[in-house]
Amino acid sequence: MASVLIESITKAYGLTPVLRSVSLSIADGEFLTLLGPSGCGKSTLLRILAGLEVQDAGSVSIGERVVDGVRPKRRDIAMVFQSYALYPHMSVASNIALPLRMRRLSALQRLPLLGRLLPRTTQIAADIGVEVSRTAKSLGIGQLLSRKPGQLSGGQRQRVAVGRAMVRHPAVFLMDEPLSNLDAKLRVQLRAEIKELHQRLGVTFIYVTHDQAEAMTLSDRVAVMLDGELLQVAPPQSIYSDPDNRRVAEFIGSPKINLLDGVMRERGLIDVAGSTLPIEADALAGTPLSLGIRPEALYLAEHAGQGVLTGSVRMVEHMGSDLFVHLDLAGIDQPLIARLLAERAPHIAPGQTLHVGARPDRILLFTRDGRRLRREADAVRRYVAPLREAAG
Amino acid sequence: MSAATSVNRLSLLAGILRHVVLLVTGALILVPFLWMISLSIKAPGEIFHASFSFWPVQFYGIENYKKALTETPLLRYMGNGLMVCGLILALQILLCAPCAYALAKLRFFGRDLIFGLVLAGLILPHQVLSLPLFIFGYKLAILNTYSALILPYVVSPFGIFLLRQFFKTIPDDVVHAARLDGLSEFAIVWKVMVPMALPALIAFAIFSVVGHWNDLFWPLIAVRDLSLMPPPLGILVFKNEEAGSDYGPLMAASTLVVLPLTIAFLAAQRWFVEGLTGGAVKQ
Repeated sequence: MASVLIESITKAYGLTPVLRSVSLSIADGEFLTLLGPSGCGKSTLLRILAGLEVQDAGSVSIGERVVDGVRPKRRDIAMVFQSYALYPHMSVASNIALPLRMRRLSALQRLPLLGRLLPRTTQIAADIGVEVSRTAKSLGIGQLLSRKPGQLSGGQRQRVAVGRAMVRHPAVFLMDEPLSNLDAKLRVQLRAEIKELHQRLGVTFIYVTHDQAEAMTLSDRVAVMLDGELLQVAPPQSIYSDPDNRRVAEFIGSPKINLLDGVMRERGLIDVAGSTLPIEADALAGTPLSLGIRPEALYLAEHAGQGVLTGSVRMVEHMGSDLFVHLDLAGIDQPLIARLLAERAPHIAPGQTLHVGARPDRILLFTRDGRRLRREADAVRRYVAPLREAAG
Repeated sequence: MSAATSVNRLSLLAGILRHVVLLVTGALILVPFLWMISLSIKAPGEIFHASFSFWPVQFYGIENYKKALTETPLLRYMGNGLMVCGLILALQILLCAPCAYALAKLRFFGRDLIFGLVLAGLILPHQVLSLPLFIFGYKLAILNTYSALILPYVVSPFGIFLLRQFFKTIPDDVVHAARLDGLSEFAIVWKVMVPMALPALIAFAIFSVVGHWNDLFWPLIAVRDLSLMPPPLGILVFKNEEAGSDYGPLMAASTLVVLPLTIAFLAAQRWFVEGLTGGAVKQ
């Protein structure tokens, strides 16, 4: 069990910067996800934590101990790789047993035949065997111990990789896109198993993924990374509903958040797409702004009016309980996507003119350079409400 | 219907042509070999007979083989060959695998330059080095010993190159996992990389053993002592001094020298194919 502290880590490959002064503190027993598109530097950060890569600057501490320059095997961490990285010539049992054999048996005791003659070797080997089969059983691969990795399915291989990582009870678990090579159904199943594993073991998990569904469902906190920078570190719900940054808002959520360019008309009113929305904002009249509206923050309105956007329907996607309606607004290239309840919007056809209202408290405001413009109401929600809750 | 028949006829014709070409080239390679075996069981008079037959009129095999085995220490030569080839191979693997691993998976200053030197070594024919090696051997006073036959070959640029190429195809994640599991760099080489590269290793072993078993040039320079000679040199000596124009026993000796290689190659070939298919499954 250990906390992890990352301080101003910088890394470049040649002239290409990969990590730009990344700092992050992870609590003992926390499940933290590094989320970002491929090439954003999240895997590099994980490998630096593991000691497999060396940072150019900055420092890593695991459980109060600075581990810069400490070899990977002495860091008390285990890692699960996207490609499983099993040893194909060894059986499942040997794969899982290897980390224990390397730690508990001396070089002499590990010798093929001679080792057995040395005192205690047989006893230690037997103990290792017991632990290996216990670990394998807990992962549901107890009957596969004598197989080679080549004879296993993707899901089974990933369980073996997890077994190899957990058998020596590391203080920190690192997982580098462990589910990316699996099919969709298995991914959901193993996702639940990983969550359960974290709850059972209670150790610190650092999980790298580009899949926001994994990040949202698994994590205590999500760290969103783009272009080698940490943009926001927060619980999944805040990352979604209260992003610090336009890029975070764009990256999280499917379908993507609607971004509309608007201009502050006067206090409390913003002109956008031929309509005027009543939104409080701390900005001077004439300030250009970006409005971020999640598809579910839109609702079907009876008629045009203040706070209502009007457009013609381009396309309707039926998703069962919901409808995704793509609307063309005057003067805006990208269609506005609204998520409407199917039962409340029964007959919407392409070409039809539609009015949708936007709930003002759900609209996110960004400056044109992408920073979040928080309103008083947001501040109250973010800082005061938790205090009240704590007090009450 | 008629179009289908003509296509069938065409593919039949192509099949026949293919087999003719394969049979002719196969025969070209096999004929000298079969001739050697045929001569090794013929009587001296029959070998130079004007008429040609594959099977001898008078079976003289026992005499020829007996002579080949008794008049020269052929078994000793083959024993020498076995030991020299075995030691060369073992030392080559011992030295090449760590080198190949370093060149394939470690990052250090001058790595590409060193790999360039390995490639340059690959280009150089061994004969070019024979004079420097001879002088070197003389200074170390190892000429006319087993060491003179073995040491010049223990570093094989080809072995380093072949294993390096194979190690490159093994994902870095496997190396990372091994480091996290607590393996030292040498342990990674011997416990992970080499077992995974078994097909490449067997290919290299075939190449190395065949090459050194058949090598005549360097042993001719490096050893004088009859008791140290490897098989081909042994045959040469045998031809000059013992057999003269007695081709029957000479061919019998040649057959005996080639025999272990053929058996070893056929056995390893089966294994080689198995190794290849075993490795082909996505790990």
